[in-house]
Amino acid sequence: MTDTSVFETEKEAGFGDYFALLKPRVMSLVVFTALVGLIVAPVPVHPMVALAAILFIALGGGASGALNMWWDADIDRLMRRTQKRPIPAGKVAEGEAFSIGIALSFLAVLMLFLAGGLVAAALLAFTIFFYVVIYTMWLKRSTPQNIVIGGAAGAFPPMIGWAVATGGVSVESVLMFALTFAWTPPHFWALALFVKNDYANAHVPMLTVTHGRDATRKHILGYTLALAVVALALGLTSIGGPIYMGVALVLNALFIKGAIDIWRRDDAACEADTHLVERKFFKLSLAYLFLHFGALLVEATLAPYGYGGW
Amino acid sequence: MATQIRAEHVLHRRRLSRNIGLGVVLILFVGLIYGLTIAKVGTDPLDELGIPGTEANQ
Repeated sequence: MTDTSVFETEKEAGFGDYFALLKPRVMSLVVFTALVGLIVAPVPVHPMVALAAILFIALGGGASGALNMWWDADIDRLMRRTQKRPIPAGKVAEGEAFSIGIALSFLAVLMLFLAGGLVAAALLAFTIFFYVVIYTMWLKRSTPQNIVIGGAAGAFPPMIGWAVATGGVSVESVLMFALTFAWTPPHFWALALFVKNDYANAHVPMLTVTHGRDATRKHILGYTLALAVVALALGLTSIGGPIYMGVALVLNALFIKGAIDIWRRDDAACEADTHLVERKFFKLSLAYLFLHFGALLVEATLAPYGYGGW
Repeated sequence: MATQIRAEHVLHRRRLSRNIGLGVVLILFVGLIYGLTIAKVGTDPLDELGIPGTEANQ
């Protein structure tokens, strides 16, 4: 085997490498929250239209992931967590990722327009623009509030799902957006407190580095309190109900307690128990979002039988 | 005498995975568009397509 053949073999991308460009793990959150937004809406949607709409929303999210990987290829090469991504690994060329991202973005928006209407398509187009241009190109590398901005992009899917069903925007869909939006900062900053990352090497300003860990703890508590207000307010709308409210009360009480515990700690305490409290809080945050949207889904599913909703 | 190279290289496997993957995606896409079309046409509330024998054309 010559050196050339080794080189070519390593550079040849399989189907999985192209799929990895679409950030499938992020896509799973997009699919779930968009589906909930679509199902809890008061207007029924044909199952085939719902399936197509969810797939195109996911495709739009994936396309923005590919464009994110194209733009961030330089810093992905510097961080251990991202070095195995298709572009830094040399499997997919930067230009190829850009072409795929642009082509899939247009395809997803156009197809969502046909399946779910103008408002849903416009929201998807704005989400892609927001994630790629506002977050990835502009604010990610210039402000430690980058997590907050990035969280907004990830919060749009339930709003888009709602727009597919109703053709518009309402207080319910805005509150579903706000739930994911306010959830993202405490979720990621808790992770940042106990995972040693190399964002500093890549010159990405993370709050833990720019403002210190104490400031990050305060931010976690602040966003957690704001999140509780949003979560409970959502329970008072037409898509809430006693089941959702019960789930929200328990989870938010636990989440606020966790945030206060984190806020009270210092670095010495964290080192002493290897960030046990932060790890627990992070695990809870995963369940938090899933159970809130899950409870909305249960309310909507039980409503036809006279059990769900207020 | 010329010899034929028949050994399958990992490179061929990756290309095959790409071709099969893309083929499957395209078939699913066609199926999705077909299903979407049937759903949209079948639920046309005004039946503006003017199919004879339907309520709007009687």
